[in-house]
Amino acid sequence: MELLVKNGFVYDPINDVNGEKMDIAIRDGKIVEKVNENSARIIDASGMVVMPGGVDIHCHIAGSEVNTGRLLRPEDHFRDFERKTSKTRSGVGRSIPSTFTTGYRYARMGYTTIMNPSMPPLEAKHTHEELNDTPMLDKATYPLLGDWWFVLEYLKAGKIEECARYVAWMMTTTKGYAIKIVNPGGLEAWGSGRNVSSIDDQVPYFGITPREILRGLCKVNKLLNLPHTIHVHTNNLGKPGNYLTALDTMKCVEDLASEDKPVIHITHCQFSAFKGSDWRTLRSGAEEIAKYVNNHSHVTLDMGQVIFTDTTTMTADGPFQYTLYQLTGNKWVNHDVETETSSGIVPFRYRRKSYVHAIQWSIGLELALLIKDPWKIFMTTDHPNAGPFTFYPRIIAWLMSRKAREATLKKINPRARSRSLLPSIDRELGFYEIAVVTRAGQAKALGLRNKGHLGVGADADVAIYDVNPETTDLSKKYKTLRRAFKSAAYTIKHGKIVAKNGEILKHVEGATMWLDVQVSDPVEITEEMKKRFREYWTVEYENYPVTENYLEVSHPITIKADV
Amino acid sequence: MSKMINLYPVRKFRFPIIAECISPDIFQDKTCKEIEKLEIWEGNKQRRLEELFKVEESRKDQETIITVYGDVSKVRRIGAYMTRGEITINGDVGMHLGEEMEGGKITVHGNAGGWAGSTMKNGTIEIHGNASHYLGAPYRGSTRGMRGGNIIVYGNVGNEAGAYMRKGLIKIYGNAGQFTGLRMHNGTIYVQKDSEGRVGACMTGGKIVVDGFLHSVLPTFTIESVKKKTKIEENNIAKGPFYLFLGDLTENGKGKLYVLKKKNPQLSNYEKFL
Repeated sequence: MELLVKNGFVYDPINDVNGEKMDIAIRDGKIVEKVNENSARIIDASGMVVMPGGVDIHCHIAGSEVNTGRLLRPEDHFRDFERKTSKTRSGVGRSIPSTFTTGYRYARMGYTTIMNPSMPPLEAKHTHEELNDTPMLDKATYPLLGDWWFVLEYLKAGKIEECARYVAWMMTTTKGYAIKIVNPGGLEAWGSGRNVSSIDDQVPYFGITPREILRGLCKVNKLLNLPHTIHVHTNNLGKPGNYLTALDTMKCVEDLASEDKPVIHITHCQFSAFKGSDWRTLRSGAEEIAKYVNNHSHVTLDMGQVIFTDTTTMTADGPFQYTLYQLTGNKWVNHDVETETSSGIVPFRYRRKSYVHAIQWSIGLELALLIKDPWKIFMTTDHPNAGPFTFYPRIIAWLMSRKAREATLKKINPRARSRSLLPSIDRELGFYEIAVVTRAGQAKALGLRNKGHLGVGADADVAIYDVNPETTDLSKKYKTLRRAFKSAAYTIKHGKIVAKNGEILKHVEGATMWLDVQVSDPVEITEEMKKRFREYWTVEYENYPVTENYLEVSHPITIKADV
Repeated sequence: MSKMINLYPVRKFRFPIIAECISPDIFQDKTCKEIEKLEIWEGNKQRRLEELFKVEESRKDQETIITVYGDVSKVRRIGAYMTRGEITINGDVGMHLGEEMEGGKITVHGNAGGWAGSTMKNGTIEIHGNASHYLGAPYRGSTRGMRGGNIIVYGNVGNEAGAYMRKGLIKIYGNAGQFTGLRMHNGTIYVQKDSEGRVGACMTGGKIVVDGFLHSVLPTFTIESVKKKTKIEENNIAKGPFYLFLGDLTENGKGKLYVLKKKNPQLSNYEKFL
């Protein structure tokens, strides 16, 4: 099928297109030079903004912890449900929607690619089953490798290449996409009821430090030529004064960078940018982090922007979730995933009138606005930890309009307001920069060559928003912006129009991307390894790998590694 | 324009019916014809109100009064979100009666299903028969309990009446099931007859009065004193003497549990701690 998107204001940062009136031609799911205007279906996008389909670098939408969150929170579902239509399936959920609803809601906002972070390798099958059932989106998932015993053992022995071979094996076995590291060392320590408090603390039994884990896996990442960097959730997350840990984490891999390419991604940085000695003296550490990031090119961040609403926090960071439970006294789940990781879930409400929550809200936006280069900071809410992804339009409005920020500032805790840096920041992002922080930058950081841009040969994932950049005063009409980004005028996925004005027109399956890492000397499954499985895991080796036929639409990406 | 509307079920219902539209607020400004066309769900089918109920407008009135004649025990969410007016049901009624209501009055001359008065904010519900489980309690998993208003039940109630309650009054003139006042924060629950036990589990505040037999008090409650009487509401004082227990200590709670001394001699060994 041929499609022609005519006369839209195109924002395609990867190809340096900044709001020019252009036509986008699509054939067979790809962007092409041109199509036959007489036979192609024409979409009139005049007066509208045309962008590549949205890319989300970090959102928990599938897997055992997400599903446990669903089970834990019936009250999250019963008010927010979608009936089935002739095109779509029914679903429920506000902060943790069911899989189909997740796909539809993303598609309505013009998103087409999403990344599911933190998959415990043991739960890989479950995660892929849910990803299979998440329609409308191309997706991938990151296995949690920072506290895997194999990694810790080889790093302790200093065998980086050996470690790389096992990571490559794990990546292919679990059909993963990037190395996710959560609270390095801390999760292993949590197994014995402890935590690490800095990147130089020793991990019990293994005797290595988070710094060694971070550096080791960063080297592994380079050896394997993985498209994304290591994806790091820092130590001490959610503790006052932790901005120093975040800075230490970024500094510790500084020397491993080459040619200005990023080597580390600090995810949901807002939670790692707290200054102060306790909750009462909590301040924003965004300025220091932004200063560091502005002067260094080896790091990318995502926001983890707090939304004032009721949500569900879920991370693999067991000790952090335990702290959160102690703070709220809410119902909770905590879990130790055998040799690999831990996890926890606590329902949480961010309140405007709470000093801490208001400061957190401010930190996210300060980070996004103080970091000058939009290619280094991406827009996320760490769905659903800081807020459901359905609130993205609100964040876009805050980023694009000072007036929108002021309107919210008026309603937050007065002490937090007086300490917020936001009133002193005049910067307002334009559509070009929004296109960077919501799609192009994320696609580039993930190393997705065919996503996040509209150049010839790219995947035909296009989002069209009904807002005119020429006639709308964006900084004043922030509600118009919110409306436009809430329901895309058109969402085109793989060359098909899947959503129009917030209505799903077509149910399409997205592909699951995974890395087929080719190493010269792949890990052999010896009797020794099977024995370790029998000793360490509750599953036999034979039941562990996710085979390719397990994925409904498999999209392997072959990577040639240096080992 | 206010009026009196009578509803008669046209047949015996087999499937659950979700009838949020049966509420004085919605009937308020509508003619009889418009009311008949209101949407209602029967099982997985969408229907018009007229397909399930005969609608009759009897007379003009000061307030919108809805009267239902017949068994509507399959019909859920009657009077949900109502803010004014009156609903009278002559027969049994289904689940979620008066959910989140903010005002007005509902009277049931029959039994009510589960979650009657769930998360209500104000208004009155009177049930002349029995009420099922979760009277005035929030939906499962939620912690948003009743925030005001009165619920009066003349019969028995099931388990977990008044769970997570924050304000308001529940009066039960019959027996109560287990876990009355589970995790309540504030408000008052009065049980005139016997209670099946575990009263006030995890309560942090509020008051529960048991005027009948209560086999045992949870071990996480401590005896405070013996009181001669206690106030239920304005002009309504329960005569004792009552044992006053404080709890639930597992939650550092300061809830008050009054148990009638006369009917509970098995609790007399607590007196030595006074």
